[in-house]
Amino acid sequence: MRYLPLSAEDRRAMLKTIGVRSIDDLFVDVPREALNAKIDLPRHRGELEVERLLGAMAAKNRPAGAGPFFVGAGAYRHHVPASVDHIIQRSEFLTSYTPYQPEIAQGTLQYLFEFQTQVAALLGMEVANASMYDGSTACAEAALMARRVTKRGRVVVSGGLHPHYAAVVRTNSELAGDTVSIRPLDVEGEEDLAAQIDANTSCVIVQNPDVFGNLRDFTPLAKSCAENGTLLIVVVTEAVSLGAVKSPGEMGADIAVGEGQSIGVPLNFGGPHVGLFATRQKYVRQMPGRLCGATVDAEGKRGFVLTLSTREQHIRRDKATSNICTNSGLCALAFTAHMTLLGEVGLRRMSLLSHEAACKAADALSSVPGVRLATPRFFNEFTLRLSANAAEIVEALASKGVLGGVPGGRLWPNDSEAEDLLIVAATECTTDADIADYAHALSEVL
Amino acid sequence: MAMNAQGRPTRADAATAPGPTFTGNRALQIEESLIFEREFGGTGVDLPEPKAKDRLGSMKRQSPLNLPGLSEPEAMRHYVRLSQKNYAIDMGPFPLGSCTMKHNPRLNEKMARLPGFADIHPLQPQSTVQGALELVHELADWLLELTGMPAVAMSPKAGAHGELCGMMAIKAALDARGETGRTRVLAPESAHGTNPATAAQCGFSVDDIPADETGRVDLSALKAKLGPDVAAIMVTNPNTCGLFERDIRAIADAVHEAGGYFYCDGANFNAIAGKVRPGDLGVDAMHINLHKTFSTPHGGGGPGSGPVVLSAALAPFAPVPYVVKEEGRYQLVETRRAAREDGENMHGGRLTAFHGQMGMFVRALSYMLSHGGDGIRQAAEDAVLNANYVLARLKSEMTPAFPGHCMHEALFDDSFLKGTGVETIDFAKGMIDEGYHPMTMYFPLVVHGAMLIEPTESESKQELDLFCDALLSIARRANAGDASLKGAPYFAPRRRLDETAAARNPVLRWTPTASVRAAE
Repeated sequence: MRYLPLSAEDRRAMLKTIGVRSIDDLFVDVPREALNAKIDLPRHRGELEVERLLGAMAAKNRPAGAGPFFVGAGAYRHHVPASVDHIIQRSEFLTSYTPYQPEIAQGTLQYLFEFQTQVAALLGMEVANASMYDGSTACAEAALMARRVTKRGRVVVSGGLHPHYAAVVRTNSELAGDTVSIRPLDVEGEEDLAAQIDANTSCVIVQNPDVFGNLRDFTPLAKSCAENGTLLIVVVTEAVSLGAVKSPGEMGADIAVGEGQSIGVPLNFGGPHVGLFATRQKYVRQMPGRLCGATVDAEGKRGFVLTLSTREQHIRRDKATSNICTNSGLCALAFTAHMTLLGEVGLRRMSLLSHEAACKAADALSSVPGVRLATPRFFNEFTLRLSANAAEIVEALASKGVLGGVPGGRLWPNDSEAEDLLIVAATECTTDADIADYAHALSEVL
Repeated sequence: MAMNAQGRPTRADAATAPGPTFTGNRALQIEESLIFEREFGGTGVDLPEPKAKDRLGSMKRQSPLNLPGLSEPEAMRHYVRLSQKNYAIDMGPFPLGSCTMKHNPRLNEKMARLPGFADIHPLQPQSTVQGALELVHELADWLLELTGMPAVAMSPKAGAHGELCGMMAIKAALDARGETGRTRVLAPESAHGTNPATAAQCGFSVDDIPADETGRVDLSALKAKLGPDVAAIMVTNPNTCGLFERDIRAIADAVHEAGGYFYCDGANFNAIAGKVRPGDLGVDAMHINLHKTFSTPHGGGGPGSGPVVLSAALAPFAPVPYVVKEEGRYQLVETRRAAREDGENMHGGRLTAFHGQMGMFVRALSYMLSHGGDGIRQAAEDAVLNANYVLARLKSEMTPAFPGHCMHEALFDDSFLKGTGVETIDFAKGMIDEGYHPMTMYFPLVVHGAMLIEPTESESKQELDLFCDALLSIARRANAGDASLKGAPYFAPRRRLDETAAARNPVLRWTPTASVRAAE
């Protein structure tokens, strides 16, 4: 077995040193009837065989890059420079652990410090942590943090928040004993959230651009929240938007969370991705997750360490701010490396190119008979109202080689109002030919 | 001076040691500034300027980002230099107990990067991702076979997330039984911090289970704590002392008899995978850290993946989404209503936006297919053999915390350092200078000055012999009164770092200072 270095001779010699006759003498504490249970699994295989088996499974899927692709709603296909994947496969990054021994983990710690700085700048906030699992769990953690800060027990969720995010918030907040008020789906972005705030409201959770693609300015809502002692949580599921669109901080968010996948991380069928989490400096001790901070070593040289760990489960146990341990370190590295390559200049271009492609797509698709653009002000994603069931149209488009977007029925299966909605995303990867192919196919199937 | 045939010196002449270098670099150890401490305004990605006027209106970003962009050669050099300040499994033994730092096969990385896995979207039509759903289903089958359990929830994103999933299922099952008065969860003092943190997150109070003198759950003390208000016990097996809970069946029976559930923390499943099925031990729920047992890389702190196997009693309370196979076609069940007719009474809900850590699933299945049932079992046996070999080799100079053999990790306390002035942390930092990553220190909390060594199956006997010799030499230095250990490490990229100062005055991001201004 190519992964196991011990030889039969080694094993014999080692058993002798230990002073036992057989390996099962080391498993003496296992109940006899449970030891060496019969397990019905195939024997080991060589690389070639494994590649064949997994390659056959991979070949049954239709990759985004194989043709026109317009799927978004929380995960986006952007181009990632080749150097990013090389960097994250460096052994010293890939095969290292959480940097609990900082003297020999300055590489990881420094990129986390740089990551935190970039994330805080992008979201327009004062401090960011070293990543969460993904945007949806970051969002749920934000609601729990608002509960700790305000000592209140009611969460108000915008009808423009990605419904899967809303569901994750509900799972976690109800578990903590809070009530969660999820507003009805709001295609045009016209809901009055300020009217939903009461004296027990810990936070209002909104998304920009929202799940339908609407650009929404929450500055007035931030004022209403502040007057009531309620925290405003702004979610960003398309991190690339931050290169061109008003940031959560600019609107007055108290906590900003995001899905960072768009920068540096492939679609991966939904995971792993990387959660972004940022807030105001004054709330730092209520934050979940790991934080990297600057300090000095015994010779006075600058170095970095994990810090404020008295918030965390390995120190505080049942009093911790969160149970999170592992985060999304390597995806955070991909994010920060891609962001370092882009810089402000590159990110703005990538952002505006995505916006430009979406504008072209919206113009082309909304001129197809039976299609109406439901969200006139958008960044790189918009919602169409179709004259037919969108899920059926998406299947018909797929059979023509076009992945046309996310049908409303997929996200709101219990809401008939969503059946004719189609959420369409474009990025800098989208070509004029992709848009023309899509418009043509749509006119054929509609 | 010794010369070779070309007249080139082949040996340095004796000289006094130099002072600090001009650059601060030390040969291969190169000091690297932050990306923010250089000229701003560039970019390392060639993208065209957009042609059309944007339609963002008042929603356009107002303030500058002030983030630098580096050319590709500068960026590569930055990250490669940083990488060289890290220790890694690929460099040497990484014996962090409880963390399971085993070799990460590169085939798994290659497989996870196939466009058919990496470049597919979680919300594209299910008809276009049948191979991906097949892979999730296949991996689930392997996990069920290895654990002897009837159901598995695949979506949790890491071990602690899996704990949350399992404890949520327990809470939901109790609610469905109308037993809302069960508010207490029992967990050993030696438990991972995630156990009490998770129980608290689910609204339970947490009560300690004392350990007996052999480092295991004290069965009679546990029984005394059981009652009608107990929701569950959370027990790690093998436990965090590296020992198998030999009363495990009696523990499970006692909890079930009292009406509670048995949550098993599966962080140490790697010690028994292929040898023992948790389903045969009375477990109701157990998470499996794919990044430990099945070697998807730790990546400097994630991403992980934490599927949870569930007993028949808890299976109805699994979260959405999950994959089912019907008439040769794979289907992703994404909503509660679609999942169950009586969904109104079911919890489960949703734990994450999408379907779990697909990238980790591919790597884990690649690991499993490569090892096979026989290799997985051999890996567990070798992990246990290696840990016991280390225990046997070190016990002449170091003090095992408990008598007898161990499972996959060997636990020592600090009594062999008593009176030397050297503490566990000094011993650990001394290991750094010898070229090793330290073992887990000061955990579990039940052992004074704990040192928890998990070599894993990836170490050869030759590597272990050198490792043990090095540790014995450090122990002898400590006992001989070598005070230099108090200052270790000396040869690492940094000396000991001031963690107290970092926490007292948190500096969590770079900010422009008078000397380093961002170019507009």
